[in-house]
Amino acid sequence: MSRETWAIETRGLVKAFGADRAVDGVDLEVPAGCVYSVLGPNGAGKTTMIRMIATLIRPDGGTARVLGHDVTAEAARVRARLALTGQFASLDEDLTGLENLILLARLRGHRGKAARRRATDLLEAFDLSAAARREVKTYSGGMRRRLDIAGSLVARPDLLMLDEPTTGLDPRSRGQVWESVRALVGAGTTVLLTTQYLEEADQLADRIAVVNHGRVIAEGTSGRLKALVGAGALRVRVADGADRPEVARLLAVMLGAAPVLEPDPVALSLRVDEPAAVAGALAAITERGLGVSEYALAQPSLDEVFLALTGEPADGPAPSREEAST
Amino acid sequence: MTIHQTTGRPAFELDTRLISAVAGAPPPDTGAGALRATLTFAWRALLKIRHVPEQLLDATLFPIMFTLMFTYVFGGAVIGSPEAYLGYALPGILAQTVVFMTMYTAVTLNTDIERGAFDRFRSQPIWRPAPLVGALVGDTLRYGIASAFVFGIATLIGYRAPGGLGGVAGAVVLLLVFCSALSWLWLIIGLTVRTPAAVMGASTMILFPLTFVSPAFAPPETMPAWVQDFVAVNPVTLLVEAARGLLDGVPDAGDLALVLALSGAMTVVFAPIALRLYNRRT
Repeated sequence: MSRETWAIETRGLVKAFGADRAVDGVDLEVPAGCVYSVLGPNGAGKTTMIRMIATLIRPDGGTARVLGHDVTAEAARVRARLALTGQFASLDEDLTGLENLILLARLRGHRGKAARRRATDLLEAFDLSAAARREVKTYSGGMRRRLDIAGSLVARPDLLMLDEPTTGLDPRSRGQVWESVRALVGAGTTVLLTTQYLEEADQLADRIAVVNHGRVIAEGTSGRLKALVGAGALRVRVADGADRPEVARLLAVMLGAAPVLEPDPVALSLRVDEPAAVAGALAAITERGLGVSEYALAQPSLDEVFLALTGEPADGPAPSREEAST
Repeated sequence: MTIHQTTGRPAFELDTRLISAVAGAPPPDTGAGALRATLTFAWRALLKIRHVPEQLLDATLFPIMFTLMFTYVFGGAVIGSPEAYLGYALPGILAQTVVFMTMYTAVTLNTDIERGAFDRFRSQPIWRPAPLVGALVGDTLRYGIASAFVFGIATLIGYRAPGGLGGVAGAVVLLLVFCSALSWLWLIIGLTVRTPAAVMGASTMILFPLTFVSPAFAPPETMPAWVQDFVAVNPVTLLVEAARGLLDGVPDAGDLALVLALSGAMTVVFAPIALRLYNRRT
């Protein structure tokens, strides 16, 4: 009970499937009341980590505690305080949205009319009232995701875990999920979410752990992470391909990074550490009569993050330690 | 000049309603008690009948077709007249219907695992066996409904149980006890096999011989000796003979006791295995 300050605390957490160490010695400290993001590519071990913390599978090594309770020895206490929204909508497709939520509300101890009221309130809050009496198999991806998250909230959990909550969603649905997460944290819930998108982690999370091959390779606030990988990337298309070398030279001087000439003969991109300097640099280029037809400032992709942190792309070859460990 | 700004937030009005809905929720509790959780899962099984009536229809139309077909096609040949055959075959048709339905227990569970609903249930603070036991309770109700279908059709085409309503009720209860126990085996299969389609395939392979190589549709005296050996050890034989005794008004205490003992044994052996698999599943 003395360690309630950490919503999640893991020490040397390990899970192996055969020779594959899906989670390979993870130490996490998630402060209560924050949004914590686990960022990594497919197969990095994010889901396995979450399933161990949610008491669904047993760790092969190390410990995990949720709000001070050990996930193996005190599984029932852990389950009472957390809710998990898995990677795939974990709903009964044959039932209506309302029935799904009533079912979960009853399991969480709401009785009779109270369960129905709770379900109705949540459908309302997640903008699903109109679809309440439709079977879930008729729902769109975004609606399922919202219903799924609503299902985790029938009793206000102290810890909500969301496994890739926006993978496969269109931008509008993604925005809705993000708003839901912010609202929840506003209500005092700790949220752990896994994602493949730096942008998502950056938008939502107070702290980010970057995982690869079952290990945490970087951890910190999003500001600290960006200091490591750069704030983003500037992509420019010039009006005339002949101007490209000169534009590249000017950008390199003004923004202090090496431009990459892309296969497209009019396109180039470069890493940007100080987004505010971009406008000035572009203005200077147009002043010299060089035509820029298009530019975009975007966050680094997961690949760029991994390139910066590990020197290899996210889907690069597994390090040789995997052979050594068997 | 085209400008892309990729970091904007979509406008969305949800915040205040959400916060009030979430903040207004009761604090985390310990979840429903064992009985309530079990009944909630049974309720879910019943809702499925309403939303996916095909499952029940498949399971009932099939025996209705068999009842009519067997009675009018084979009846004269096997026993002499369709009416007499109906009286002989009804316990077998009933048993076959419900025994075949037990495989849906595995199909449903396997679908839950595949779709992730299973993880959701397992992470709830409830009595661990509740999802499995609740599913069995719901399934047992479905078996009862299917039995009523079979008796309804049989009555329409002239069946009258010599054992009367009491005999019918006794036969149905016996069948439900046996099939609930058998369902534990299906839970094991549902937890082990990879896809719902594989469950269906495997189960048909098991169920057809079990129900046909029995005295359900033809007297075994006409079968070759090696087939009779199988009939003698087939648990469905025992079930059909016991149900036939009840329906004909000549219950055999020995048969009944054996069916109940067998059901008890199946539960004692299969239930712990199913629960263990359920808890340990990774």
